[in-house]
Amino acid sequence: MKYFKFLIVGVFFGIVLVKSEAVSWYRIFEMFKFQSFHMYGIICSAVGIGILFLQLTKRLKIKNIKGNPIDLISKEKGITRYLLGGSIFGLGWALAGACPGPMYVLLGTGVWSMILVIGAALLGTFVYGLLKDKLPH
Amino acid sequence: MNWLLQPWPWYISGPLIATVLILLVYFGKTFGMSSNLRTLCAIGGADRYASFFKFDWKAQRWNLTVVLGAILGGFLASHYLSDGSVMALSPATISDLESLGFSNIGEALLPAELFAAENLGSLKKLGLLIGGGFLVGFGTRYAGGCTSGHAITGLSNLQIPSLIAVIGFFIGGLLMTHFILPLLF
Repeated sequence: MKYFKFLIVGVFFGIVLVKSEAVSWYRIFEMFKFQSFHMYGIICSAVGIGILFLQLTKRLKIKNIKGNPIDLISKEKGITRYLLGGSIFGLGWALAGACPGPMYVLLGTGVWSMILVIGAALLGTFVYGLLKDKLPH
Repeated sequence: MNWLLQPWPWYISGPLIATVLILLVYFGKTFGMSSNLRTLCAIGGADRYASFFKFDWKAQRWNLTVVLGAILGGFLASHYLSDGSVMALSPATISDLESLGFSNIGEALLPAELFAAENLGSLKKLGLLIGGGFLVGFGTRYAGGCTSGHAITGLSNLQIPSLIAVIGFFIGGLLMTHFILPLLF
């Protein structure tokens, strides 16, 4: 039961990503061509509500389900890793049309070739782990 | 119920994605899908090769449960919540893709030219899928997050590193879409 709520959130997430077409390679292509507002609308409205929620929880000191204050961990400072890593991610995102959430959702829709993409993403993560200390961050 | 089966507009979808963030934060967690790749590597024994994978992956089981749900959600949405209508892509996108040699554009979520199972016999297409997946897996860990961790959660939390990462996502995405894809197709 402890995990059931996370299963439900996952199901909800998967349904929204399919129905919004945010998992679509075509929508990602269209976004990077600046030919539709669709994806920008999704990201901007999600972030807008996210900002509102996180600011409200801080101001009103809203607690989470465990009774602890809501406080997300800040990202480490830096530029290189975010710019370089982000660009590498962007190349893959526009090529394979899937980020690390949608690749599972797409597998669920019956796109079996996603197994290959997921396997390659695992390999990419593994290689990053091997090279981590040698890369500029 | 008809509206449920049609594609959902951005002003419904965006707030629903924010709801995923809100729920996970309320449950005392965070919204970041790419961490699961690191967790799966650790489960597979990657900790024997790099200290990066030495962590308590059992504490991440909640996130793997979200993954399981996402697979199930994809199945439910495509089998029971879709009317099979063609995607309403911009005419400019359709004509750009046609000139790259794509057909049946928007009839499925993904182009058969790249993702159809029978392509797996083509070394080039196999390479593109593996290459794309590799870049996603490597880049997301290097950048410390993906679309959910940086673009949704990080930006919502007003994190400058996340803004830099999202700029990076666009540098890579624009390069691929405008300069590399036309060479590949």
